[in-house]
Amino acid sequence: MIDIQIENEPLDVVGCTWKVGDAACGGTAIFIGTVRNATKGKKVIRLDYECYQSMALKEMRKIAADAMGRWDIQNILIHHRVGTLQIGDVAVVIAVNAPHRDAAFDACRYTIDTLKKTVPIWKKEVFEDGEEWVSAHA
Amino acid sequence: MKITILAFGIAKEIFNSSSIELDVQEEITVAALKSILEIKYPKMSNLSSYMIALNNEYAEDDMVVHSVDEMAIIPPVSGG
Repeated sequence: MIDIQIENEPLDVVGCTWKVGDAACGGTAIFIGTVRNATKGKKVIRLDYECYQSMALKEMRKIAADAMGRWDIQNILIHHRVGTLQIGDVAVVIAVNAPHRDAAFDACRYTIDTLKKTVPIWKKEVFEDGEEWVSAHA
Repeated sequence: MKITILAFGIAKEIFNSSSIELDVQEEITVAALKSILEIKYPKMSNLSSYMIALNNEYAEDDMVVHSVDEMAIIPPVSGG
C-alpha cells in the first residue's frame, strides 16, 4: 500500500502508524519531522509551508514507488503538512513497514532524504526580526 | 506565444505574484526561458539554484516549451 497526502490540518501520527499496520510485517519505521525552535542559533517563531500540490503529490508517489522497488517493504505512508506551523508541530510523517526491520529503516531514511531534495514544498522561517525562505540563497 | 508561469516560495515574492505572463518566441527552450526570466527579474540570478517544471515534471535545459504546458518555477525545495 502506498498512502500519500498533503494536509492543511495537524497530522495524526498515531493514525498514520495504524494505517500501515500489516500482519505480514514484523517492523515499522516511523520518521516524524517537527518544527525546531532555532536555526543556526537564531530563534524561530514559526514556519510557513507552501507546496506545488499536483507536482508534490506526484514526486511523493515516485519516491514511495521507488522505495517499494528497492526494498522488501509492504506499506509506505508519506503525509506532509502545509500552512502555518508552530514550534513542535509535526510537519511530516513517514511510516514504512516490512517483514524485517532493516528494509523498513533503510526505506524510511531514503524517503525523507529524497523528499527533502525533490518534492516541491517550501518553508519560510519566521524570526523575531525577519523571515527567510530556507535554502533559497547559497 | 503567450505563456503563464506559476511561481512558488521565494519566486512568488520576486514576482510579487503567484504567476506571471510572458510573451516569448515559439519553440523556446527551458534554458532560453530561464535567461529571459533572469533579465526581467535579476533577483532570480541570486538564488542558489532553481528549476523549471513542465506539466508537473522537472524539465531539462534543452526541452522545448509549448504554450499548452503547465509551467512552474521551482526554487530550491525545503520540505520536511
